[in-house]
Amino acid sequence: MSILGWTTFWVIATFSLYIGIAIWSRVTSTKGFYVAGQGVPTVANGMAVGADWMSAASFISMAGLVSFMGFDGSVYLMGWTGGYVLLAILLAPFLRKFGEYTVPDFVGKRYYSNYARVIAAIAAIFVSFTYVAGQMRGVGVVFSRFLGELVEPLAAGLGVEVITIGVVIGMAIVATYAVLGGMKGITYTQVAQYCVLIVAYTIPAVAIGYSMTGSPIPQVAIGEVLPALDGLQQELGLDMYSGPFANLSMLNVFAITFVLMVGTAGLPHVIVRFYTVKTVKSARWSALWAIVFIAILYTVAPAVAMFSRYEILQSFSDLGAMGMLESPRTSWVQTWAATGLIETGQWSEGMSANALLSTIDRDIIVLATPEIANLAPWVVGLVAAGGLAAALSTASGLMLVISSSLAHDVYGEIINPEASEQKRLKVGRGIIFVAIIGAGLLGIYPLGFVAEVVAFAFGLAAASFFPVLVLGIFWKRCNKEGAIAGIVTGLSFTFVMIILMRAHVALAEFGITEPVFDSFLGINAQGIGLIGMILNFIVTYIVTMSTPPPPQKVQDLVEQIRYPRTLTKDELSEAASS
Amino acid sequence: MADSTPEIDRETYWRTLMQRTLILLVVWFITGFVLSIFLAETLNAINFGGIPFGFWMAQQGSIFVFVSLVLIYAIATGQLDKQAGVEEDGDATSAPGAAH
Repeated sequence: MSILGWTTFWVIATFSLYIGIAIWSRVTSTKGFYVAGQGVPTVANGMAVGADWMSAASFISMAGLVSFMGFDGSVYLMGWTGGYVLLAILLAPFLRKFGEYTVPDFVGKRYYSNYARVIAAIAAIFVSFTYVAGQMRGVGVVFSRFLGELVEPLAAGLGVEVITIGVVIGMAIVATYAVLGGMKGITYTQVAQYCVLIVAYTIPAVAIGYSMTGSPIPQVAIGEVLPALDGLQQELGLDMYSGPFANLSMLNVFAITFVLMVGTAGLPHVIVRFYTVKTVKSARWSALWAIVFIAILYTVAPAVAMFSRYEILQSFSDLGAMGMLESPRTSWVQTWAATGLIETGQWSEGMSANALLSTIDRDIIVLATPEIANLAPWVVGLVAAGGLAAALSTASGLMLVISSSLAHDVYGEIINPEASEQKRLKVGRGIIFVAIIGAGLLGIYPLGFVAEVVAFAFGLAAASFFPVLVLGIFWKRCNKEGAIAGIVTGLSFTFVMIILMRAHVALAEFGITEPVFDSFLGINAQGIGLIGMILNFIVTYIVTMSTPPPPQKVQDLVEQIRYPRTLTKDELSEAASS
Repeated sequence: MADSTPEIDRETYWRTLMQRTLILLVVWFITGFVLSIFLAETLNAINFGGIPFGFWMAQQGSIFVFVSLVLIYAIATGQLDKQAGVEEDGDATSAPGAAH
C-alpha cells in the first residue's frame, strides 16, 4: 500500500476507536461532563494527562524546533517537563482537596468574589484559545501533507488552500467527541490517544537509532549520533549542534524555560485533570504517572531531532541542494515541496547548508522523519495518525475548559444561577461549537509555528493563574483585591506585549510587516510571560497588604485544603487561634 | 484516624512539608537552570558517553531528575500524611465542595 493508503487506513482506524469510546462513555450529568464523576484510575488519569498535555506542539512541532535550534531547543524539552514538578508539589494535591469543577471555581471561592471568578474564567478562555489555535494549525499541517491528494480537488473548487480544509475537518472531529462525551469520554479517548501517539512517536526513532548505531534505545543511540552530527556541522561551516546560545541569548533561554514551566502549572486544562481522581494521594500519583508518560516522549524527541538533522545534512553534503531535488534517496523533498512547506524554489547550486535549512518549515520535521530515513509507508502513515491524536486530544481538553468556563462559571453562576443541569450542559455544548469555529480561524491565520503559538499560551497562563493559585494555597493573608489586581496586570501586560511583538506575523497580508518592538529588556515574545508573572506577584502583594485580610471562613478554607482528610470544626478553630 | 494519636501534630506536618517542598524546588532550580543553562557552556567540556555534559543535562538528564523529584514527593508526603494522621479514609475523600 502507498503512504496515502496507509495514512487513510490509520486515520480511519484510530478515529473509529476514539469515537467508539466517546459513545461508550456518554454522560448526562454535569459532574460526569466536567470531572468524569471523579472515578478515573490513577494510571489512566496519568495517561490522559499525558495525551491532553502532549499536543501538536510536543508531537509535530517540538523535535523540529529542537532540530533547528540545537542546544537552545532545550527550552521546550525542559520547560514542558519541569513544570510538572511545580504542578505536582505546589498545586495538584491541594486543588484536588479543594475539589471543584474548574479553576475559576477555585479562584471564585478562594477569593470570595464573583468578579475574581469571571476574570479567572476570561483568563482561562484566553489561555485555552491561544493554545487550541496551535493545535488546529497542527491538524492542518498533517492533513495538507498526507491527505492533501484527497482534498486537493475540493480545495481548488472552493478556491482555498489545502491546509484550510484540513483545519475544518479537524474542527468537525473535535466538536463531535467533545460534545458527545464530556470529560469522561475525553479522558478515556485520551488514554487511547496516548497509546497511539507514543507508539507512533517511538517506532521511527527506535528504527532509525537502530539502523544508525545498532542500539534500539534512542536515548542511548544519541551518544554515537551527536559526535557525528557535530562533526558534520563543522564540516559544513555551521555552529556546533551541542553548543549553547547560538539562536537565543542565555537570558531568553532562561526566560522561556521558566515561563513554560510555570505556565504548565497554570494551565487550566491540565489542572482540571487532577480534579478527576478520587483522592489527594491519587492526585500526587497521577502527577507522577503523567510526568513519566510525558518523559518517554520528551527524552526521545532530542534523538528524533538529531537523527533527522543528521540525515538532512548528510544528504546535502553528499548530493548538494540540486542533487537532493532529483535523487530518489531524498524523495521526501519532492513530496513536501508539493505542500509548500519546503520552498525548493529558492534552492540553488552551491547554496550554504544554513540557507537550505531556512527553506524548510520546522513543523514538518517529525512527520517527514520516517520518509527522510526511508522507513516503510505504514510507519509514515502511523506517524500522521499519531500527530492527529496529539492535536485532537489536546484540542478536546481545551474545548472543555472553554465551555466549562463560560457555561459553568459565567452562565451557571452569574448570568442564570437558576439554570438546571440539563440547561447548563446544553449551553456548554453550544459554546464548544462557537469556540471551535473561533479556534479554527486562528489555525488558518496562524501567529507562528505550532510550538511558538503554544508558548504564548504558556506566557499568558504563567502571568495570570500561577501566582494567584500558589499564593491562594500558601499565603492565607492573600485577599481578593490583590488577586484581581494581580491577574488583570499579569494578563494584560503579557497579552499586549505578545501582540506588539508578534501581530505582524498574522497581519503580513494587510501590509503590517514590522513588529512594534522585538523584545522587552532583551526578552522575546515567548519569554515575556516571566515579566508578566513577576508583575502579578508584586501587584498582588502590594494590593493585598494595603487592603483588609480575607474573612475567617476563607482562611479556614485555606487551612482545610492543606491536609488530605477533612478537618473537623474543632481542628479548624484551633488552627485559627494558634 | 482519630483513634490513634498521630506522631506529629498538624503544625509540624505543614512545616515539614514546606521545608521539603523548598528543598525539592532548590534541586529543581539547580538542575533546570544552573546546570542546564547557566553552566552549560562550562559543563560541555566534560564528555558524558560521547555527549557534552551540559547539553546532555539540558536535553536528557534534567528530565530524569524532574521525574525523580515528583516520585520522591509522592512517597515522602504519603508517609508524612500517615505520621500526622491526616491521610484520607480509604478511598473516600472529600466530595467536591466539601472543603468549604
